Amino acid sequence: MAWLVLFFLLPLLFVGVASFMTRGAGGQPIQPWTLDHYQRTFDVFGPVIWRTLGFAALTTALCLMVGYPTAMYIASRQRPAVRLVLLFLVLLPFWTNFLVRTYALITIVQREGLLNEWLVRLGLVQDPVQMLFTPTAVVLGLVYGYLPFMVLPIYAAVERLDRRYVEAANDLGANDWRAFWRVIWPLTLPGVVAGSMLVFIPAIGAFVTPDLMGGTGGLMIGNLVQSQFRGRGNVPLGSAISMVLLVIVFVGVLVYARWGERGDP
Amino acid sequence: MSPRALLNAAVAAALALGAAAHAESEWTCPSGFAGQTLSVYNWTTYIADDTVTNFEAACGVRVIYDTYPGEDDMLARMRQGNPGYDIAVPSDRVVAIMIEEGLLVPVDLDLIPNWGNLDPTFLDLDFDPGNRYSVPYQWGTLGIGYHVGRVGFEVTSWMDMFTYDGPVSWIEDIRAMMGSAAVAMGIDPNTGDPEEIDAIQRFMIDHGSNVVYINQDDGQELLLRGEVDIVVEYSGDIFQIMDECECDDFAFVIPAEGANFWVDNLVIPVGASNVPLAHVFLDYLLDPVVAADIANYTAYGSPNQAAVDAGLIDEELLTNPGIYPDAETEERLFRVLQDSTLEQRYNDAWDELKIFVGR
Repeated sequence: MAWLVLFFLLPLLFVGVASFMTRGAGGQPIQPWTLDHYQRTFDVFGPVIWRTLGFAALTTALCLMVGYPTAMYIASRQRPAVRLVLLFLVLLPFWTNFLVRTYALITIVQREGLLNEWLVRLGLVQDPVQMLFTPTAVVLGLVYGYLPFMVLPIYAAVERLDRRYVEAANDLGANDWRAFWRVIWPLTLPGVVAGSMLVFIPAIGAFVTPDLMGGTGGLMIGNLVQSQFRGRGNVPLGSAISMVLLVIVFVGVLVYARWGERGDP
Repeated sequence: MSPRALLNAAVAAALALGAAAHAESEWTCPSGFAGQTLSVYNWTTYIADDTVTNFEAACGVRVIYDTYPGEDDMLARMRQGNPGYDIAVPSDRVVAIMIEEGLLVPVDLDLIPNWGNLDPTFLDLDFDPGNRYSVPYQWGTLGIGYHVGRVGFEVTSWMDMFTYDGPVSWIEDIRAMMGSAAVAMGIDPNTGDPEEIDAIQRFMIDHGSNVVYINQDDGQELLLRGEVDIVVEYSGDIFQIMDECECDDFAFVIPAEGANFWVDNLVIPVGASNVPLAHVFLDYLLDPVVAADIANYTAYGSPNQAAVDAGLIDEELLTNPGIYPDAETEERLFRVLQDSTLEQRYNDAWDELKIFVGR
């Protein structure tokens, strides 16, 4: 508890207080109190907030589209050893530093990278396509980075699923499609919500991926926070943006608490 | 031949061999520093690759060498409290800020015998009268680097870049970058007029649709990788890749409208853990051979007159107008003048325009 106060609540309090103060010499917060930084956050950086939410939502959706079938596939393997190996493969990228993986992805999508080389060689495009430093690159990087966080909770939910429910549904005349939507999907929903939150929340605060892969079109709210603290040293504005980010994340956590845990079989 | 004569001959032969291979520094380390540690905080790619190791060998000390992508990062860290760096390398504008905010330790020129090697042109400048806090290190310009083949024409002006149809990268050096746009518009690059700053901001948004990335002093890498065709970078960084690739693919130009000219300076930040050794290091860097090695490696201008006079700096660098501009070009160069009331206004304008540039 003391640990939580010291390393979480106290810094949070500093950030919260600083966000209502005026920017002084060297960017340090000074009196008097002001709401200017919040006004600026919404008026000027509003487009970036919306863009960030869009990126995070798209990342979550894509992770779900790829992650759910993957988890289903792994869970439905008969032999435990095979399941274990497949799960291990999902986790394997974590053994490599995130920066290294991002740079590896950059070498693939850059203008003179592998992907463009193949596209040109296969005659699909005339000139290399600009892929790096686009919003697409950011979402690709985020999906790549956070996909395991989606697969694992869904896998846990699918594995806990009692097969006999599905058999019972089939016996009662439900086709596979109907059995999925009426039985499997509702029973695995907590895993879906948990996985979605585990992707959505860190994706909102991401700054390494947009920094390296986003360029001007992929600027996210995390980059704004970082540049205020690092380069500019504008502590109050950085704090205000952080607080807004925090509230957005908090709403996400509430959603998780409300729907994520409920309905566990 | 007596043993002593034999020894002398051997030493002479060894010296001759050494001189033939490479001009050796005659700098000797003052005694009493062995075993100590020095922390240096410098820009990336801004020192010769053996400068630090040679210093460690000469003095028997250990050097912790860290780099920063932009001096705003360095400044932000120093403002929060120097974590123990003994040497930093701010530009003229940031030296003025650091003096104003009391972040620098005075430099004792008596401890720097090599001081006399410096070209007086670079001494006693407005940002630090009497050089009480700073020692000039190198100087250069912020101009345009580009890929000759991809661009397909000779870039000569900022407008060539602002209107270019293809990927471009600006640099995260707020005042110099906005100052460059200002000279392209015919506005004073040090303007404090809010309307003019707004106009610069609008101009950059209007001409920023080709900007794919705002680089952190790594623009030369983007150019080398083919990610962008045109990049705003510091002169030496482009000359470094031109030298490395041994090809004619790249070019650097000081644009016709004018360009930012800066002097980077060695300083000792408040909170330095070894101020005496920092002075020894400053003296070492001002040695003509050491300074020439750094200038030859980084391809920036050297204020070390002794190194130039002794012919230690590569001829091709000295005759390169992109590094040592002719008098006519010099007329068009501008310095960014520090004004703490303007810093926040420029920062705000930059943060806003960054959102709207790009596709």
